[in-house]
Amino acid sequence: MKELWELFATFCKIGAFTFGGGYAMLPMIQKEIVDEKKWATEEEVIDYFAIGQCTPGVIAVNTATFIGYNRKGILGGVVATLGVITPSVIIIIIIAAFIRNFMHIQWVQHAFAGIRVAVTVLILNAIIKMWKTGVKNAAGMLLFGAALAAALVADVPTILILVIVILGGIGLQALYLGRRQGR
Amino acid sequence: MSVYLLLFIEFFKIGLFAIGGGLATLPFLYDLAQAYPHWLDAGTIVDMVAVAEATPGPIGVNMATYVGFHVAGIPGALTATGALVLPSVIIIILIAKFLMSFHQSPYVITVFSGLRPVVTALIFLAGLEVFQVAVLNLPAFAATGNVQDLFVWKAVILFGVLLYATNRFPRHPVFYIALSAAAGVIFRF
Repeated sequence: MKELWELFATFCKIGAFTFGGGYAMLPMIQKEIVDEKKWATEEEVIDYFAIGQCTPGVIAVNTATFIGYNRKGILGGVVATLGVITPSVIIIIIIAAFIRNFMHIQWVQHAFAGIRVAVTVLILNAIIKMWKTGVKNAAGMLLFGAALAAALVADVPTILILVIVILGGIGLQALYLGRRQGR
Repeated sequence: MSVYLLLFIEFFKIGLFAIGGGLATLPFLYDLAQAYPHWLDAGTIVDMVAVAEATPGPIGVNMATYVGFHVAGIPGALTATGALVLPSVIIIILIAKFLMSFHQSPYVITVFSGLRPVVTALIFLAGLEVFQVAVLNLPAFAATGNVQDLFVWKAVILFGVLLYATNRFPRHPVFYIALSAAAGVIFRF
């Protein structure tokens, strides 16, 4: 019971401070889940993001479900998911119900312009950390560069890039195992 | 059909088919606006994106809550949000189960060691996009062609200060978010 509550509370906190969508939660996840609670390693978090990218649904929710399930089974997955969405459900209902033209309020605009800069810096720091865990050798750098070029220059859809990497990985592994068996 | 059932079905569909995060729900919302003009229109969607991007929380969830509330109050908001996350919760639990039994498989290990650098690149791209919105002013630069107009100087300064501070005095991300919100209001970003 205590751990379920902890799951809910931790993901509530993450949900409350994720500005700008899924990837922006990376710094919060690194701090709360990896550094403080030690519920997942840096590497596992990247894997969750990878899975979140190629499965349907919101990435933040997918990550929460994943970590919750790993800790406490199906109930844990559901509780962590409820935690990550609760703050936004409450905030959006309040905004929709009471504040007309929320985004046209001057000080709100100023505050969010400031927050965006913080999010940029936090994501940048998170990416540097991620680079250290995720890109370990020449092959990794090559993949990093290729993905960057494919998305940025050739405008290849994200999902297609990921599917190619998954199929390529399976193919290479099959080739490798097949060769070893052939010998 | 009851409006709740309708909301549930429509957002369950979005949750099931929108792959790749919050903004992937956008095209589905435009379809929804076409099918149910009294629920929302294109203008509402644009406002909604602004609110969803600015307020904390996953963008897809914010949009579902917003539309649900708009259509049928708080029960509507809860129905739409629940329906949106239900498919991914089911799918992720299935995948997590699968990975628990197969995480030693050489296939799984190879695929993930290939995915990690790629996902790092994709997040780097997302970071670039946020950087562009937060620190650059592309429309002004395009209009004048003056490099000085490319940068939002207040934001550039805050960016530099934060980059130094976050690495020199590591504190909780929430601290820096609050600090920047205050800086934004005080210095009129």
